[in-house]
Amino acid sequence: MDDIKIVRKGKNSNGQIRAESLFKRSLVVIGAAMVILVFGILLTLIIESIPSIKSLGLKYLWGKTWDPVNNVYGAAPFLLGTVLTSFLALIISIPFSFAIAVYLGEYNPKGWLSNFLKNTVELIAAVPSVIYGFWGLLVLVPLVRSMELKLGILPYGIGIFTASLILAIMIIPYAASLGREMIRLVPSPLKEAAYSLGATRYEVLKNVILPYTKSGLFAGILLSLGRALGETMAVTMVIGNTSLIPTNIFAPGNTMASVIANEFTEADHAVYLSALIELGLVLFLVTVVINMIGKRIIKRFTNE
Amino acid sequence: MKKFLKTFKQSLAAAALVIIAMAGILTKAKAQADDKTILGAGSSFINPLYSKIFADYNQKTGIQVNYQSIGSGGGILQLTNKTIDFGASDGPLNDEQTTKIGVPVLHIPQASGAVVITYNLPGNNNLINLTPDIIADIFLGNIKTWNDPRIISINKGVDIPAFPILVAHRSDGSGTTNIFTNYLSKVSPDWKTKVGSGGAVNWPAGLGGKGSEGVSGLVKQTPGAIGYVELIYALQNKLDYAKIKNKKGKFIVPSIASVTSAGNVKLPDDSKIFITDTDAPDGYPISGFTWALIYKEQNYNGRSMDRATKLMKLMWWNIHEGQQFAEPLNYSPLSKEALKVAEKILKSATYNGKSIL
Repeated sequence: MDDIKIVRKGKNSNGQIRAESLFKRSLVVIGAAMVILVFGILLTLIIESIPSIKSLGLKYLWGKTWDPVNNVYGAAPFLLGTVLTSFLALIISIPFSFAIAVYLGEYNPKGWLSNFLKNTVELIAAVPSVIYGFWGLLVLVPLVRSMELKLGILPYGIGIFTASLILAIMIIPYAASLGREMIRLVPSPLKEAAYSLGATRYEVLKNVILPYTKSGLFAGILLSLGRALGETMAVTMVIGNTSLIPTNIFAPGNTMASVIANEFTEADHAVYLSALIELGLVLFLVTVVINMIGKRIIKRFTNE
Repeated sequence: MKKFLKTFKQSLAAAALVIIAMAGILTKAKAQADDKTILGAGSSFINPLYSKIFADYNQKTGIQVNYQSIGSGGGILQLTNKTIDFGASDGPLNDEQTTKIGVPVLHIPQASGAVVITYNLPGNNNLINLTPDIIADIFLGNIKTWNDPRIISINKGVDIPAFPILVAHRSDGSGTTNIFTNYLSKVSPDWKTKVGSGGAVNWPAGLGGKGSEGVSGLVKQTPGAIGYVELIYALQNKLDYAKIKNKKGKFIVPSIASVTSAGNVKLPDDSKIFITDTDAPDGYPISGFTWALIYKEQNYNGRSMDRATKLMKLMWWNIHEGQQFAEPLNYSPLSKEALKVAEKILKSATYNGKSIL
């Protein structure tokens, strides 16, 4: 490193060195600003939640009633609603995102069809969520309602299941794109060796590609779960927004994010407002915990 | 390398410019508005009417009114923080807000609004009749089908199908919910003890839709659904709505006239009252005022007498000349009684203890 500097010593070297160190310093400052921002948000959430924590205590987490009139707040229905919709969406989306990733990564990586499919899937991620909400309300809800009529369930049409369907569509591109990239990164000597031993395409997929890429596929799934946990607008429009504990997956419910979006603007007591912010804090922590669990799993897989 | 450094320097300069600009905007927002601008914030319900009134006021007087439609709660908060000249709210200050603000706040009625019961009964072209106890029992989840004997008995000659009832309510906190639940608490002791009244409540039955469009969307899509929306929204979107039996025993069609007459009763001197379940014989029972809120003592935060006078003149204009714009926009103008009380309240505002108007 030093040698290079000596060699390049010329007219402008002092200015250049100063610029270099300024550049490095600004990188550090900007990076640090992000860290400060995240902890600042966490701190704000904690401070603003104190009135609610003081008056409700830990009961907040498993309380079943959310009653702004009598200042009783329990987050359990929303916690359950968030977890239920997100994981249901994940289960629905995995076959699709996996299929897209394998097809685009291994079977058809080049050509117009591949490009077209890839761009379309990426477009799914770019559509604003309120549009999914509208579409869900106008198209998906009547479909689900007619299905519920056939199944003999109360035909609301909106509810946890419909919200999960919408979420599933919204999160497919995240796992699909990451999965596709991962599959394309599998070194071709590995695959060719397997083929030369007489393996079929399916066997190569199962025994070479999947083991090689599973941490990447998992990371993609985790990314989409994070997106599903926090999605607000589309969910609010089709979930039914009731603060009762959902009894089955077709029942109406509510998620933490959509409660905050619904009630924040008109929250007129200090404790009410604080309870909503505490909901934000819980959502924040749930996301962090899920992320940490995901990191652990990825680490274990890659260390094998 | 040189080129890179150049772009880097440029981007640094750009970032600095952005930060300076942002700081500029922030300080501007903090500073008191100039002499020709009056600041208001609050109720989104009254925003269309205010836009019209204030545009006209600007033409005639040159004074600009900057009104932010951020919701009643937000308006009250900004008034409490003294960042605006007047707030606007669909409900009077509650106890907690009154304590927090600390000094007397005047509530000046601006117009009336109403909440209508909208429903989806395929094949039915008549307005149906509803009584207060039936409405309460439907929203409590006690009446579950449309062919309930109590509903049939007051709708003779109307073909009411045997659909199950689906209740749709607002999922977001709102003045509409506040007026509706206030009404239900007045007419049903059961509702009062089990649910109570407020901008957002713990609904015992049904589904929530976000905003008036969310509720009406649910109602339109689901045969047998029932919900509540603002009268203005129902009129503009041509929704079906029910006639409701008022205190004097008459079934009243919600309309601009019947809502105005709901406010034509003896009002308390501070006008801080929900006129739901009105005594007026022709009044529609689920009506309410929307108020402008100002500090009673106008000399605060170093405000000038001039500014206070300008605000009072605007408020005076709102309840007099401004009322002509109400009806074309489907708002119900103030009744005679309400106007009398509003004038009196405005005259009680002071600067250094001396009356302004």
